[in-house]
Amino acid sequence: MTIVEHLRSLGHRIVNAVWRIGYTSRFFLLILLYSGISFRRFHLTIKELFSSGVMSLIIILVAGLFVGMVLGLQGYETLKRYGAESALGSLVALSLVRELGPVLAALLFASRAGSAMTAEIGLMKATEQISAMEMMAINPIARVVAPRFWAGVISVPLLSALFSAMGVFGGYVVGVVLIGVDQGSFWSQMQAGVDFQHDIVNGIIKSFVFGVAVTAIALFEGYDAPPTAEGVSGATTRTVVESSLTILFLDFILTAFMFQGE
Amino acid sequence: MKRTTLDLWVGIFVVAGLAALAVLALKVGNLSTYSMSETYQLQAHFSNIGGLKSQASIKSSGVLIGRVAQISLDPERYEAKVTMNIDKRYQFPKDTFANILTSGLLGEQYIGLIPGGDEEFLKAGDEIKKTQSAVVLEDLISRFLYSKAEDSKQLNK
Repeated sequence: MTIVEHLRSLGHRIVNAVWRIGYTSRFFLLILLYSGISFRRFHLTIKELFSSGVMSLIIILVAGLFVGMVLGLQGYETLKRYGAESALGSLVALSLVRELGPVLAALLFASRAGSAMTAEIGLMKATEQISAMEMMAINPIARVVAPRFWAGVISVPLLSALFSAMGVFGGYVVGVVLIGVDQGSFWSQMQAGVDFQHDIVNGIIKSFVFGVAVTAIALFEGYDAPPTAEGVSGATTRTVVESSLTILFLDFILTAFMFQGE
Repeated sequence: MKRTTLDLWVGIFVVAGLAALAVLALKVGNLSTYSMSETYQLQAHFSNIGGLKSQASIKSSGVLIGRVAQISLDPERYEAKVTMNIDKRYQFPKDTFANILTSGLLGEQYIGLIPGGDEEFLKAGDEIKKTQSAVVLEDLISRFLYSKAEDSKQLNK
């Protein structure tokens, strides 16, 4: 009897997972289909850009500065053993532009703005604002979800560029100003090591993909949340967990495609 | 439509993001060094290019004058064929020498051009005939070891 029950719950979970994948895909297509309004009435998107992008600026800038400073310190300690301190600039810049900038900015965005999106939409659903919109023949996906989606997709690449630039500045402060690595070799090694198309453009592509993934997950979890206090809190947690794992997984896939065999 | 402070903040955000991108491209990346004026192509065959990569620099007297455009293996001569983009401002005589050099002991490799004395200049698409391959450190070491061994043999006799 217990075996049958286990099998039954396993089957239920699998069916549930497949059902969710289908629902997510349909939700994603609906966002794309109804996103015309978020560009025609751009002030809707502007408002969301403010609450997700501008309000994340502080955390992104401070985090970028400190990550760059830590990279400067650790990189110097390691490079010093091989007498290659002058390569500090290219080490800091490459690791930020290729990996840390896009990934950490997206992780911070997921926990700072993604969770807020989920909670907001979940509460809108719990307080029946979404049903009220449907009653008034307003499409809630076009009015509420799509502007948030595009705001997230626009914000994340900009935030990751800011993160990387701030990180390079932090590495410069620690490496050149505090430790005393030669300024000329810091910048020239950096410029020699970082290729615009290969490193910077690929980093932007990465952060764009992360932006799509994080906002889509956050919006879906909010839209799908059970309309209870417990349901909204569970959905917020799931947003952070799922989007963090998705970012790291996608990062591996994209890195394997972009930087293989070089 | 009324302009709001919200628009201002979002504008600042977008401008700051794009500015960060520009900083990354120009200050951190090598986009500023791409700003070479017009270029013409030259070719050269090397029997061994060592660790030369495309986009490696081409220097003459230490001055950056171009970049390696493409590297391929010539299937007829079994030699590496290197295509170079050279700045149009600089013309080189027909008997110019092309060497593959290394900056520092472990640095990256680049092509050094040493101009000859010919009165005719290389035109676009021409080939540099006189080339010298990269110095491979292993060859150098083994040659040194062999000569040492020869020396000690002679001493023993």
